[in-house]
Amino acid sequence: MSLLEIKDLTVEFPTRRQRFVAVASADLVVEPGEIHGLVGESGAGKSTIGAAIMGLLEAPGRITEGEIALNGSAISGLDQDAMRALRGNRISMIFQDPLTSLNPLFTVRQQLVETILTHLDVSGEEADQRARDLLDRVGIPDPDTRLDQYPHQFSGGMRQRVVIALALCSEPEVIIADEPTTALDVAVQAQILDLIRELAEERQVGVILITHDMGVIADTTDRVTVMYQGEVVETGPTDQVIGDPQHLYSQSLIAAVPRPNEPRHRFPQISYGGRQTRFAIEDIARNWPRQDADPDTPLIKVQNLSKRFLEKRSLIPGKSTYFTAVDDVSFDIFPGEVFGIVGESGSGKSTIARLISGLHRVDGGVVHFRGQEVSDLSNKAVQAAFRQEIQMIFQDPFSSLNPRMRVDQIIAEPIHHHRLLSGSAVKTRVAELLEQVGMGAEAGFKYPHEFSGGQRQRICIARALATQPQFLICDEPTSALDVSIQAQILNILKDLQEHLGLTLLFISHDLPVVRQMCSRVAVMKNGQMVELQATEDLFARPKTEYTRELLSLMPRLDALQSSGS
Amino acid sequence: MLSYIIRRVLQSVLVLLIVGLVAFAMFTFMGDPIDNMLGQERTQEDVDRLRARLGLDQPFVVQYVKFILSALQGNFGVSYEQGRPVAQILAERAPATLELALVSGVFALGAGIVLGVFTAIRRNGFMAQMVMTISLVGVSLPTFLIGILLIYLFSVELDWLPSFGRGEVVDLGGWTTGFLTTSGLRALILPAITLGLYQMTLIMRLVRSQMLEVLRQDYVRFARARGLPERAVLFRHALKNTMVPVITVAGLQLGSIIAFAIITETVFQWPGVGLLFINAIQFVDIPVMAAYLMLISVMFVGINLLVDLLYVAIDPRLRT
Repeated sequence: MSLLEIKDLTVEFPTRRQRFVAVASADLVVEPGEIHGLVGESGAGKSTIGAAIMGLLEAPGRITEGEIALNGSAISGLDQDAMRALRGNRISMIFQDPLTSLNPLFTVRQQLVETILTHLDVSGEEADQRARDLLDRVGIPDPDTRLDQYPHQFSGGMRQRVVIALALCSEPEVIIADEPTTALDVAVQAQILDLIRELAEERQVGVILITHDMGVIADTTDRVTVMYQGEVVETGPTDQVIGDPQHLYSQSLIAAVPRPNEPRHRFPQISYGGRQTRFAIEDIARNWPRQDADPDTPLIKVQNLSKRFLEKRSLIPGKSTYFTAVDDVSFDIFPGEVFGIVGESGSGKSTIARLISGLHRVDGGVVHFRGQEVSDLSNKAVQAAFRQEIQMIFQDPFSSLNPRMRVDQIIAEPIHHHRLLSGSAVKTRVAELLEQVGMGAEAGFKYPHEFSGGQRQRICIARALATQPQFLICDEPTSALDVSIQAQILNILKDLQEHLGLTLLFISHDLPVVRQMCSRVAVMKNGQMVELQATEDLFARPKTEYTRELLSLMPRLDALQSSGS
Repeated sequence: MLSYIIRRVLQSVLVLLIVGLVAFAMFTFMGDPIDNMLGQERTQEDVDRLRARLGLDQPFVVQYVKFILSALQGNFGVSYEQGRPVAQILAERAPATLELALVSGVFALGAGIVLGVFTAIRRNGFMAQMVMTISLVGVSLPTFLIGILLIYLFSVELDWLPSFGRGEVVDLGGWTTGFLTTSGLRALILPAITLGLYQMTLIMRLVRSQMLEVLRQDYVRFARARGLPERAVLFRHALKNTMVPVITVAGLQLGSIIAFAIITETVFQWPGVGLLFINAIQFVDIPVMAAYLMLISVMFVGINLLVDLLYVAIDPRLRT
């Protein structure tokens, strides 16, 4: 008898016109102490399985067939009260985003003690002691002080540890971890995964690890189940599935994972299910105003750039405290290159992007674009010309498009703003742009919410290209996207650079991606640029200890190597 | 934290000074009170004498400073109409309005939050839909009409509650209260509902939409995933998170309950400052109008200061 057994599970969401099948006859078995990976793209039904086990399916979703059994007894047919007694008690769950899964208005102690008292028959004092022990166990230093702090006083990784402590309140038998490290930095991700692995072993807990990240699967899980559009396509021991995938979909999914070791010209895209993989970037090149700049004169010259943010305001100006986000950073970006910036969150990568683009005012230093100072925002004439030349692509394609504007209006806005074209010429340009990023002109009549993440990011790219810029700032352009979609977006960006001669500033925390996108890479730490080298040199011969450490944290994909090429 | 409070208090003082300027400017720009006070048969000498006695012959700035200084001491001058100190008149009238505002404010907040939570968690239930529909009526009918309808139903037809006045009041050393007698309490019910109905529906709709928003948050899902009882999820975790915007609106609305009590007081012949203000306008009794304006703005500013401090008490993220 297994710890958790899912047989033939089907979950349906009835809609007005038809029934949407989120999970179709899925089977899954978890043993005590085992970490079972559940992998697939967004929409594959991974999280729905997690919610079905917890009895937390969003209405009107329901289990129409199959059975979920915990230690041999069925739990899928239990009523709400019986399920509630199981939840957090015998089955716990960890959510993706530690920033939002803790209630911001209660201290960590209040949330822990409340959960402990709900499930265990102990006195308030014992609950208090247990809360302290749990924090200690998940590796939070100085638990006595930390207990009385609020979630916002913890860093992302520490918050996820608190979330894990909450999940452990009553010695659960099964933990469902739904993308537990997706929102975290690589270094922190490794620590959290280690913790989960340790706990699973130590307490003989069965863990279902839901993720879209093949690196996490390869590093952490014992067995893995691959899902595609609600169906389980393959299941088996991790090494076997990753090293020698049988199903066509698993093969193409694994091939799409960027390899840290070998640079390749293009990112392999998932073609399974007849997906579009080619875009007409060459078409844009035909009427693109090319400027043959001298490749040895920097396009962007950043000198001694600094930025600090107000941390605590005081009535006496001298007593206010500041946080230095960017500290005396200098570098050049040459025409036609892809310049990468890597670093953990909070290292100042994004702030640099915002300083160059003029979204933040610089506190010190200057930025030159083609030899002209552009960091002085009061020079309106220079700014107007400069802003047409640079455009930005943001991380989150969901919040970077105005939901109340139609897609064609969104793309036409920069054209109108810079008065580049007028009348029907705008319409033609917008239609062309949409066509070129593979959306089709009719996409212009829809609103952003009608598109998926990858499609939205392509709309963002079309918007960025609308003014025919020379310089594109990409701030984590793919970290909110699935691996398969990531390849698509990265290939488009690569084409833009190759065919249009665009210069890119590419900010990312994903080292394998950076390796394949960029010609030179800078490493940021605590607002300072600690290293700047040509990409291959940086990966082969890192100069600083910090870079070495970052490189060592890249997911171990040895097993993937053989199958990928 | 301390610097935050000091800054807020300084801002409040600035606001009050500006309102004071507006209130004071009325003396100069809204006609000559001398004309009103002295009849047709007057000599230039009478005019000059009165002008000097009222201090109206001095420069604008001097008059303003004097006005502020005496206002600080609670002296708003003498009513043109009644010939008594304005502060004294206000002190007689204010308790009636404040008690009415307090009762209707508590009614609006209490009923608004309870109904808001109810309509949010039973979003598709029949009762919740009914409440939402009826609340639309509450928003769209003007206050005086609701007052008249309530009087017609409960006073004229059913004869349960009095239709005007405060009933019997008890004098507690300068503060007259209707809380201590049955007739005083009965007299409070209809005007309090009339005055608070609009605010109640507004708060209810706000709490409802905030609750629906908060119930979608991850921490609510996580609270459920930890097996916490539904009661704790809804009233502990969710409700507290809806409070910051609700307090903002409730604070502003409480201010307007006091300020706009005028209509309700007129309908119910409630002897409060609103009624006083209406009479003052009819008589161009500028000292009374100015004092009323100052009183209302002190309350608005005071309530807003309180709201800002409540934010900090509720949301630890604002404390740093």
